[in-house]
Amino acid sequence: MDEDKKPEAQTPPAAAQPKAEPVKAASAEAASSGADKPSGTAPAAAAKPPAASPGAAVKPAAPARPPRPKVPPKKAPAVMEVEPWQGSLVDALTERFGDAIKEFSTYRGQDFLVAELPSVASIIEYLKLEQDFDYLVDITAVDNPEKEKRFEVIWIIYSFARNTRIRIKASAGADEKPNTAATLHRTADWLEREVFDMFGIEFEGHPNMTRILLPDEWQGHPLRKEYSIIQQDQDWVRENLQIESAQ
Amino acid sequence: MATSTTFLDTNELVLNMGPQHPSTHGVLRVILKLDGEKVMGADCVIGYLHRGVEKIAENRTYQQFAPYVDRMDYVAAVSNGLGYCLAVETLGGIEVPERAQCVRVILTELNRIASHLLWLGTHALDIGAMTPVFYCFREREEVLKIFEKYCGARLTTHAFRIGGLQYETYDTFEKDCHAFCDWFEKKVDEYEELLTTNRIWVGRTKGVGILDAEACKTYGVTGPVLRAAGVEWDLRKAQPYCGYEKYDFDIPTCANGDTYDRYIVRMQEFRQSVRIIRQAVDSLPEGPIKGRVSKVFKPPIGEAYESIEAPKGELGYYVVSDGSTQPYRLRVRPPSFVNLQALDEMCRGCLVADVVAIIGTIDIVLGEVDR
Repeated sequence: MDEDKKPEAQTPPAAAQPKAEPVKAASAEAASSGADKPSGTAPAAAAKPPAASPGAAVKPAAPARPPRPKVPPKKAPAVMEVEPWQGSLVDALTERFGDAIKEFSTYRGQDFLVAELPSVASIIEYLKLEQDFDYLVDITAVDNPEKEKRFEVIWIIYSFARNTRIRIKASAGADEKPNTAATLHRTADWLEREVFDMFGIEFEGHPNMTRILLPDEWQGHPLRKEYSIIQQDQDWVRENLQIESAQ
Repeated sequence: MATSTTFLDTNELVLNMGPQHPSTHGVLRVILKLDGEKVMGADCVIGYLHRGVEKIAENRTYQQFAPYVDRMDYVAAVSNGLGYCLAVETLGGIEVPERAQCVRVILTELNRIASHLLWLGTHALDIGAMTPVFYCFREREEVLKIFEKYCGARLTTHAFRIGGLQYETYDTFEKDCHAFCDWFEKKVDEYEELLTTNRIWVGRTKGVGILDAEACKTYGVTGPVLRAAGVEWDLRKAQPYCGYEKYDFDIPTCANGDTYDRYIVRMQEFRQSVRIIRQAVDSLPEGPIKGRVSKVFKPPIGEAYESIEAPKGELGYYVVSDGSTQPYRLRVRPPSFVNLQALDEMCRGCLVADVVAIIGTIDIVLGEVDR
């Protein structure tokens, strides 16, 4: 569901221009192919050719089109092609949490569920206490600034008894605070601190919600998309390293 | 009735250890709370080596980022590369040819040996045994020579590529691997003679830094530390990747979860790695070494998490693709970072001198902790 939004939100501004250019470059006879482009699959990625059949119909008609090979013939990806995830665990979770879990899916053989943020802590607790998911592998986040709720927080949990690994995903707005898992899994302590450090997502009820890798006084959260790769906290660098820039 | 306090009544002393300390294996700072000689708590301060690897990944193409992963756990660069390649291959749906998988197993197991050798040498040195470090570096040199002959690099090898391998094995690769295995097995006996029944070694490691199975699970600790606590869990067996299911090997475990048991587990892992290398070299199939990967590699929109049994524990890569040539997000689940968190629990109640042994026994690499 989240992945449906991603391309729509991201690609159109980027795709609009590069898409127009190869059409122009392909000279006037490409006008017919250019005409069916906007009506074709609009939210596709940059420089995508029109859907297979209209494009193929145009190609033999055009006598000489040198820039043609530049356009990759591959079908551009549109959305994450997930399959439904079924099984006794899904039934048990649906029965227990109902609408709080919005999606059960499998992608590339890996199972995940999408849940409402406030209920994630209770899902993790239920999975640990009643379904043997006793190992919290990782907590991380993905930043999608275009979305209404910009963060997607991901918990990866594993069960030694079942030898199964699943992911829990939940969207979080900039001001929303997920509940900590540190009371259940002590490993969550540092993992949540790292998420806070890198994204600025605070976890409610965490015993020590401070930065872990960056200095405590550092301003900004580097893994947010608006944070440039060469950006740094200039004031901190000047004050603590006594140099103008660390670049 | 005011009670007079003297310095003798002070029951808590805060002691700073590191970041420049020979026994912290890099730039790790530990703030110890002491009651006399007894450790009441240990607070880790990390991040001195933070380079923002995950941010770099978002600004490089998938192929460009591959050499960066070697710089995290730089003593087990091959394992890092394997984990990254597996995650990207899963995401892109790439088939890796059998020969490439087999060579990957050989190099990864050789790297496990090299990583454990570095651990053994420095760990023994920390505790006061001078001799092993020289022996360990001598043997590690032979592994690095094989790497150098194979790909030209010794430490940050960048041995694997997305889809398989860049280089075909060199002419005497199989012979070198066999020769190393035969020679190295005797060396493991030598280390064991030096340490396993050594009274000082046993005295310094038995019952020190105990972490039981329950604590391991709640702290997410994996690798030899978990196996020393009696949990027979190894990703190579639990969720085999890269064709590990074809090889016959055991998961060494112990019961007590102390520093001595972790030493025993790693010594056994030397022998298991040798077993795997021998089988892999003998069964090395002919064929292509690289699957079909386009030069401009764009995985479909999606995400994948793949993890491997690195020398230090579960090393995971979570890759999110937006359909472009660069990862939208790449997360590394580093075993050292997660395992280090248990230091506080392991140190409580120990003596100051044991802290050094415990930091050594977790086997951390700060490049991977801080990323």
